[in-house]
Amino acid sequence: MLNKSIKKENLENPVDIRNTDGSGWLYSDIVKDHFFNPRNFMQYGEEEKFKFNGLGRVGSPACGDEMVLWILVDEKSEKIIDCRWRTFGCGSAIASTSVLSEMIIENDGMKLEEALKIKPQDILERLGGLPARKVHCSVLGDKALQEAINDYFRQTGQHNRIITAGKKVIDKVLNITDNDIEEAVLEGARTLEDLQKKLKVGVGDPEAIPQIEELLKFYFEKYYEV
Amino acid sequence: MTNNLPKKPKTKKLVYLDHAATTYVSQEVEKATKPFITKIFGNPSSLYELGRIANGELNDCRRKVAEILHALPDNIIFTGGGSESDNLAIFGVCRKIGKGHIIATRIEHHAVLYPCQQLEKEGFTVTYLEPDSQGFISPKKVLAAIKPDTILISIMYANNEIGTVEPIADIGREILKYRKANNPSAGSGQVQYPIFHTDACQAGGVLELDVEKLHVDLMTLNGSKIYGPKGVGLLYKRRGVNIQPLIFGGGQEMNLRSGTENLAGIVGFTKALEIAQENRHEENMRLVDLRNYFFDQIQKNIKNIRLNGPQLHSDKNQSYTGQAGSEVLNRLPNNLNITFIDVEGEAMLLYLDAYGICCSTGSACTSMSLEPSHVLTALGLPYEYAHGSLRFTLGYCNTKQDIDYVMRYLPAIVEKLREMSPVQMGKVQHAKYKK
Repeated sequence: MLNKSIKKENLENPVDIRNTDGSGWLYSDIVKDHFFNPRNFMQYGEEEKFKFNGLGRVGSPACGDEMVLWILVDEKSEKIIDCRWRTFGCGSAIASTSVLSEMIIENDGMKLEEALKIKPQDILERLGGLPARKVHCSVLGDKALQEAINDYFRQTGQHNRIITAGKKVIDKVLNITDNDIEEAVLEGARTLEDLQKKLKVGVGDPEAIPQIEELLKFYFEKYYEV
Repeated sequence: MTNNLPKKPKTKKLVYLDHAATTYVSQEVEKATKPFITKIFGNPSSLYELGRIANGELNDCRRKVAEILHALPDNIIFTGGGSESDNLAIFGVCRKIGKGHIIATRIEHHAVLYPCQQLEKEGFTVTYLEPDSQGFISPKKVLAAIKPDTILISIMYANNEIGTVEPIADIGREILKYRKANNPSAGSGQVQYPIFHTDACQAGGVLELDVEKLHVDLMTLNGSKIYGPKGVGLLYKRRGVNIQPLIFGGGQEMNLRSGTENLAGIVGFTKALEIAQENRHEENMRLVDLRNYFFDQIQKNIKNIRLNGPQLHSDKNQSYTGQAGSEVLNRLPNNLNITFIDVEGEAMLLYLDAYGICCSTGSACTSMSLEPSHVLTALGLPYEYAHGSLRFTLGYCNTKQDIDYVMRYLPAIVEKLREMSPVQMGKVQHAKYKK
C-alpha cells in the first residue's frame, strides 16, 4: 500500500520534477524561495494606490507566459525606486520575475542605464540557474523591463530615448526577423529543421539559410552553452 | 502579503491523485510476484524441472488472461508494457504489408501517435480523426475515413487525460460490417482489412475487456495502471491477423516478441488484472461518487473553472458497468480534468506538491515540446485554457478525507496565483491597467 506519511526532513527538499527524457531536474533553493514567497507582486486592491510612471506588458497566456511590470522612476536620479509585477506562468517564470523585481529596486534603486543592460543571463545567475529547457521562462523579465522603461520615456516626453529593438529581417519572403529566430531557439529549436517547422524560415528564401544557421548557432551558444 | 497560504500540516500527508500516470503495486500482487523473483527463476524455455515449472506458470497466466478477454491463450502476447504493445500493433500490421492508409485520432497517446508519424516518413498515409468537444469519436466519422487501402484503425478505449470512453464496441461492429461487405470472398481464417486496434491501458481496471463484445482485432493492456508491476503489458492479437515482430531473437511469445519472459512481471500483471476486473463494478461506483464529490467541492469553492472532457453523471441508479455497447460509462470514473482560468498549471502543481498532493497538468511547462496538451487543444480549447489545466485521477487508496485535505489548500493556492496573474479573463480589468 501507499505509505501515507512522509518524513519531516523530506519536506524541505527542493521540488523535483522529472522531464520526459528520464533525467531529473531540480529547482535551486533560490528559485523555490522566490516561487513560494514572491516579492513585490501587485496585490489585489493595490493597483489604485500604487504610483508608477512606466508599465511594460509582454507575452500572452496562449504562449504560456505573460508578464506585466509597473515601475516608478525617480526623474531626478533616474533610479527605479519602486516596482510591482504580475506573472502568468510556471514556477520558473514567477521566480524569475520576483528576482528581477528585487534586483532593480535594491540599494536605493537601479539606474535606468544599468537596468537597460539586464540580460536573461543576469536573472539566471541570480536565480542559481534553471534547467536548460526552462531557460525560456526567464526571458520575459528583461523584455518587460525594457518595455516599462520605454513607457516611462514616453510618459515623460523623452521620445528620443525610446529604444526600438534592433530587429533585422532575415527571411525577406516571410518577413522573419532575428528576434523571431531567437524566440524559436528559446522555445527549443535546435536544428534548421526545427526552425523551419516553427517558422517556415528559409523555405521561400533559401539564400537566407546560411545566415539562419549562423544565428541558430549564435543564440544556442548565447543561452545554453555555459 | 494579503493572501497567505494555509500553514503546512505537521506531518505532510501524501495524497496521490495521479493514478492515470501510474499506480503502486497492490499487496496481493506483490505477494503473488515474490516467489518468481528469487525462487522460481527458471527460464520457461529450459527443459529441466525449474524451467518446466516456470513454463507452466507462464501458460497459466496466459490462460487466465485469455479467459478475462474471452480470447484464446495463443492470442495473448506478453510484452514490456503499453508503449511496446502499441508499437508492436502499429508497426507490426503496417510493416507486414508495406504500404497503405492508417486511421488514428488526434487524442491518442504518444505511443500511438509517434509510431504513426514515423510510418508517414516510411510512405504510409495517416488520417487523424478530430474528436468532438468532449473527446468522443463517432463510429460514423471512423467509417467515413476508411479508404480502399486502409489497413489499420487505431482508436483508444479511454483517454488518459480527459477520461473520455470511446464507443469501441460500436466502432468495432461498423468496421466488421464494412469488412464483410468489402471482402466477400475472404474465408474465415484469412486476414481482412482494415484491422482494428485499441489502446486499452486506461480501461484495464474499469471497463469491459471482452474482445468479442468489443470487436477488436488488437488490444493493448499494461500492468502499471492497474496496481500491477511496471514494464509488463500485453497485446491481444486475433487469430488471422498477421504482424511483423519488433524484437527478433529466441522466438518467445509465438515468435512475435523474443526475449526471456519477465515471469515475475507477467504473474503480477495477471494477478492485478484478475483483481481489477473482479472489483471493477463496485470500485467504479465508489470512484464516481468520490470524483463527483470532489468536483462539487471545487465548484462550490473556486470560481471561474471549466470541466474538460465529458459531463459528469451522478445518477445513483445507473450501474457503472462500462458494459460494451451499452455506453453507460462515458467517462472514466476516476478522472477529473479542470481548467482554473487565469492560472498556469505547473505553478499550481508545484504549490500542491508542497502539501504532498500529486496530480498532473496539460501545461506546456511540464512537457518536453513546450506545447500544451495535444488532447486539450484537439477539443478546441484555447491554449491558455490548456496551460491552466489540472488532471486528478483517483484510485483505491483515496478516500473522502483525501478530497477534504486537498480542498483545505486548493482554493487558497488558486487564489494566490490568480492574485499574481496579470491575466484576468474572469475579472474586469483596472482602468489604468488597460493599455
